[in-house]
Amino acid sequence: MAEIRKSEGFIDWLDQRLAVKAFMRVMMTEYWIPKNINFLWAMGVVLVVLFGVLLVTGLLLLMYYKPDINLAFDSVNYTIMQEVEYGWLWRHMHGVAASATFLIIYIHLFTGIYYGSYKKGREMIWITGMVLFIAFSAEAFSGYMLPWGQMSYWAAQVITNLFSGIPVIGDAVVIWIRGDYVVADATLTRFFMLHVVLLPLVIILVIAVHFYSLRFPHVNNEYSEELDFDVEAKKFLDGRKKESKVVPFWPVFLSKDFFVVGFFMTFFFFLCCYHFDFAMDPINFEPANSMKTPAHIYPEWYFLWNYEVLRGFFFDIAGIAAMDIGLIAFVIANMVFFVLPFLDRNPMNTAPAHKRPLFKYWFWILVADMIVLTVYGKLPPTGVNAWVGFFAAILFLGLFIALPFITKKEAKGDAQ
Amino acid sequence: MAQTRRDFIGMALGGITAVGGVYALGAMKKSWDPLPSVQSAGFVTVDVSSMNEAEVRTIQWRGKPVFILRKSVDMPKNPARDITIGEKSFVVVIGLCTHLGCIPSWAPATKQFKCACHGGEFDASGINTFGPPPRPLDIPPFKVSGESLVLGEEGEEYKKMMKKA
Repeated sequence: MAEIRKSEGFIDWLDQRLAVKAFMRVMMTEYWIPKNINFLWAMGVVLVVLFGVLLVTGLLLLMYYKPDINLAFDSVNYTIMQEVEYGWLWRHMHGVAASATFLIIYIHLFTGIYYGSYKKGREMIWITGMVLFIAFSAEAFSGYMLPWGQMSYWAAQVITNLFSGIPVIGDAVVIWIRGDYVVADATLTRFFMLHVVLLPLVIILVIAVHFYSLRFPHVNNEYSEELDFDVEAKKFLDGRKKESKVVPFWPVFLSKDFFVVGFFMTFFFFLCCYHFDFAMDPINFEPANSMKTPAHIYPEWYFLWNYEVLRGFFFDIAGIAAMDIGLIAFVIANMVFFVLPFLDRNPMNTAPAHKRPLFKYWFWILVADMIVLTVYGKLPPTGVNAWVGFFAAILFLGLFIALPFITKKEAKGDAQ
Repeated sequence: MAQTRRDFIGMALGGITAVGGVYALGAMKKSWDPLPSVQSAGFVTVDVSSMNEAEVRTIQWRGKPVFILRKSVDMPKNPARDITIGEKSFVVVIGLCTHLGCIPSWAPATKQFKCACHGGEFDASGINTFGPPPRPLDIPPFKVSGESLVLGEEGEEYKKMMKKA
């Protein structure tokens, strides 16, 4: 039983009951962050802000959206866009924030790869991050279905059909997921449930675990310097702030983050106000029609690279159907990042990529290849495009096969 | 002694919870199943007597498009897939690309079904000739009734066709 005495003020009253001071110390003022980091370390907080934007704008959209195939299209394109005051703003912010979230996720992910922040005890940070990537992908896909335009409908048709690749039970699984033989009202309503309740809950939970997984191995730094956080923290608390190699999460680290957030949000609102159309495909302003596929369908930009891996294999190889190869490659492409910490066979070398003799090439080839896949994912898959897609997909898979050998070779070099 | 009794209570509780959990999951799975009204598939009757040579008609069956093509003389016959009614040959296929379910469109100039999504191509008999589709366009169950086709019912001709395939 806590010893309750007459409080000296509101904070003290709360502190006696909730231990708010100790809580703030642990979570904020004595949560230590290394000094030698750069703006790329602010992406996590940028993502939190974007998630907040998505949540708030989502709540406002939810008041007028109707998850029914006869009402959905008009509830979005007429009610929200034209009748609701500022409805257009919430929709554009929601759409642009979804796209921006993936932009920042990719920067966050490549930062982690570049600085080797996925190893030496940081494996769980990486893995929970990849779970978040998959959860956000599902969230984006289910949300894209809701306006019930042509792109919504055909994206749903194609993506749910991917499950038909599961041996034996595939076709039954597809019908089960859709709740109908085709994407229909039952499909829309259940994906609405996923988008507004189940997936956000999962995402919030995994974000909490992601943050928690940072506490023991600590945030990595630019040179992967091993810090004795207790010693450095003591220096800071003793007033030797200049000498100390760490700063507290609050107020020091977060105030720098807020600067980056401010910079980013300026860019974000520039997009919302002047270039919102990039997240609003014109084809999706035509109501869903199950009897007519749009001439050319493609996912949003952030899914193009794995979409191109899926369709890159357009001919049968050794008696295996092109579609099955594509599906297997697609599943591998989405799962292979999970095992990255274990494919890197140089587990103690967390130097940034530019200081590693072979890894730096691997890193930049990966980035270049994913850009090629993204660009060609949007182009019609005919003629030479199909071949570029094929070789880019092969290269993507090859890079991950080569990684253990490259890093092992590097590890031998380190030992000498 | 007390310990074993506690173990028993613990195991009993765990066991009952597990059984209840499995049944609950089963109930949840069934809630996701298509409703009976959706499952009771419709039988669609199409009169093909008025179709011209090389004409393609698209009808809807169980929410899917079905292409009916009356072959013209210059289109090669395919005894394994053609439905012959008197002198006329028809091709009846589900109009969903066997790759990922987009709807191909009929290109009269080249006499092909072309899928815009990933570039798949099928000939006039619905056989895949290029791109990622793993198999020919599917043939829906049908029954020939005079000069009409009943989709959804497995007639003699359909059963024979499936045996050959």
